[in-house]
Amino acid sequence: MLSRAASSIHWMGRYLERAENVARFIAVNSHLILDLRLDRDSAQWEPLVQASGDDEDFAARYATQTEADVVRFLTFDPVNPNSILSCIKAARENARTLREIIPSEMWEAINELHHEIERHSRKRKIDNLQDVYIAVRNASNLLEGLTENVMSHGEGWHFLRMGRLLERADKTARILDVKYFHLLPRADYFQSPYDSVHWGAVLKSVSGFEMYRQRFHRANYKDVTTFLILDPEFPRSIRFCVNGASDALQRIVRMLGVDVAATAEMEKLRAGIDTAEIEPILQGGLHEFIDVLQFNLNIVGDSLFRSFFDLEDA
Amino acid sequence: MNFANYDTEGFYDELIQPNGRPRKEALPLIQQINALPPKELRRRQKAAEHALYQQGITFSVYGDKKGTEKIFPFDIVPRIVPSKEWKTLEAGLKQRIEALNLFIDDIYNDQKILKDGVVPRDLVLSSECFLKECVGLSPPKGIWIHITGTDLVRDGDGEFYVLEDNLRCPSGISYVLQNRAIQKHTFPNAFQEMRVRPVSNYGDHLYETLRHAAPEGVEKPTVVVLTPGIYNSAYYEHSFLAQQMGVMLAQGSDLAVRDDKVYLRTTTGFQRVDVIYRRIDDAFLDPLVFRKDSLLGVPGIMDCFRKGNVTLANAPGTGIADDKAVYAYVPQIIRYYLGEDAITANVPTFICDDEKQRKHVLENLDSLVVKAVNLSGGYGMLIGPKSTAAERDIFAERIRKAPRDYIAQPTLSLSRTPTIIGDAIEGRHVDFRPYILYGREIYVLPGGLTRVALKRGSLVVNSSQGGGSKDTWVLGDDLRSMDEILDA
Repeated sequence: MLSRAASSIHWMGRYLERAENVARFIAVNSHLILDLRLDRDSAQWEPLVQASGDDEDFAARYATQTEADVVRFLTFDPVNPNSILSCIKAARENARTLREIIPSEMWEAINELHHEIERHSRKRKIDNLQDVYIAVRNASNLLEGLTENVMSHGEGWHFLRMGRLLERADKTARILDVKYFHLLPRADYFQSPYDSVHWGAVLKSVSGFEMYRQRFHRANYKDVTTFLILDPEFPRSIRFCVNGASDALQRIVRMLGVDVAATAEMEKLRAGIDTAEIEPILQGGLHEFIDVLQFNLNIVGDSLFRSFFDLEDA
Repeated sequence: MNFANYDTEGFYDELIQPNGRPRKEALPLIQQINALPPKELRRRQKAAEHALYQQGITFSVYGDKKGTEKIFPFDIVPRIVPSKEWKTLEAGLKQRIEALNLFIDDIYNDQKILKDGVVPRDLVLSSECFLKECVGLSPPKGIWIHITGTDLVRDGDGEFYVLEDNLRCPSGISYVLQNRAIQKHTFPNAFQEMRVRPVSNYGDHLYETLRHAAPEGVEKPTVVVLTPGIYNSAYYEHSFLAQQMGVMLAQGSDLAVRDDKVYLRTTTGFQRVDVIYRRIDDAFLDPLVFRKDSLLGVPGIMDCFRKGNVTLANAPGTGIADDKAVYAYVPQIIRYYLGEDAITANVPTFICDDEKQRKHVLENLDSLVVKAVNLSGGYGMLIGPKSTAAERDIFAERIRKAPRDYIAQPTLSLSRTPTIIGDAIEGRHVDFRPYILYGREIYVLPGGLTRVALKRGSLVVNSSQGGGSKDTWVLGDDLRSMDEILDA
């Protein structure tokens, strides 16, 4: 396929996943605040912005760190490139350039989501946002279903899947980071009842509470991080996502009969997660682990760009 | 809402006879509309608009920061072309395209028609659309105009006339197919009963046309659609056509030229391209040859074309035959190459470059329509009967200054067709653009784009100036006897 189209479909996948995960971020924070019975004024929203990595932009343009400001910034701010509004817009712009490649049903689903978010964003008052976040998650799931069921599982499909999974690995890491920023884990806190409430909220935000229960039964720091980083079966765990992205790349390479630099970078990332164990991760610091992971994800992203999307003139 | 108070107001109406009764071909449709509960027609109109919106067949409102998007207006009351009329039109269009294609080939090669004095040499060679880069060329199978969208109008006398031959990059076909997809759900019963001929296989015909045009010896050509990009107003159509044919949609930056061959930048490296359905005007096609500032085109592509390594559809240089001044000579062109009279008539046209005709035009500006020869989209136009004295003065000045750039035609009394306006059905002026493909043979899609001037009394149907569109139902032969229904 055209290099430009491969890039667009990869990024369409990333933006959709990103939008879905921002919706999940906000949900986890709402859950936490409710579960901790904090009043609205002392509730912390700033950690969300820190975890998104856009704290400088936020500080420059917003006076306060209230719920209303943070939620607007993350959901509807058209200047913030990682707001839900911006991500869906970008996904739609990419989809628009892919209409000869993706099934019409996919385009229509993205188009409809875009219009729905736009409509909400024009309202002056921000309330009842749960509807928005549910709409984003439902649309994202609908698109995954359409991808699976009506799009041929060829080259474009694997680029899309790879984009989705790399983004999801990154965002699951960031959701763990939200929790980290929210309440720095102290050794004596790990087994307290409050902590189990926190971790329950984190699991719910990735729709993983029930799957987790089946494996570990009770929520605590060590088991939840094990589950979200290293579980081989849960589809939002970092290991699952990285394995899937690596598999997608291998299939693309085989399908096209090409030999590219991205293969080696992806393999480094995969092997790193594959051999990782929870004890050393926690001893070295979860935040530090996530930092390294995100760095490595970026390296893979750059090498994909050079290998497939940016064909130099011979 | 129904036809109870509908008034043709003395215009030729596509669906209704002068006595107010439905034309017999339109009867099942009109009966169905009249039988609808009061608000049902309005509801169906809204549903159709909503479907277009959901499908993203929209354009951004210029200057609107909120990013509001709108659909192109679509009216659900279809225009009907009876099968007998269609047969004549079809024959007329085939004849016209065959002759115009021969004309272009002749102009860029032997110029016999100029030598024989049938068309004035200066008129042709002075045209901006004459490309010296095409002299001596003959594209594969001698086909220059692979895709045409001819503009027709029906005058008060009930006859169809050719208004413009769009031989370069005619647009609008995607609306024909999308309007139909939606229209089928709007009046399914009438649609079935009237045996409307299908248009949905246009993509197959287009692909076959392009495949046929491949350079000599290429058995399995790689075909692409070339678009100026996502910000072009017809981008939706370009992606739609690529999708309908299952071919890649390329932008200029996706193509590269090496050794006079064109390649696509793909994930497996450079891939050879054989046929390009380009939706970029000649002027922007190759910055090395035409406009140097073009960022849309592909540097070096003209050399590839000239060497026969790639087919461009339509071929560059076809504009010479749809220059509005050359248009005036199409009846003579048909006679010259085919030895036949034109089946579908031209609108009588005065050429301002000719001194005698110019004098007539300047003396009768208030009754004529004046058009710039190389502008389309309804721009550069004076509609005499609706103009002010000041506007006429401006045009008179322009004509005197650059007579080659203008032609004039009598004001036609464009036919009207019933259209939903607010809560009523009213007559509105329409034109008609059928699409013609020149492949193994010349094929006319049984349908086309009916554009409607939504403003009361307006004759300008262009979407940029308040026009909308309608589905066009070309009726099949095996129609159940209409007299039978009339009697019932």
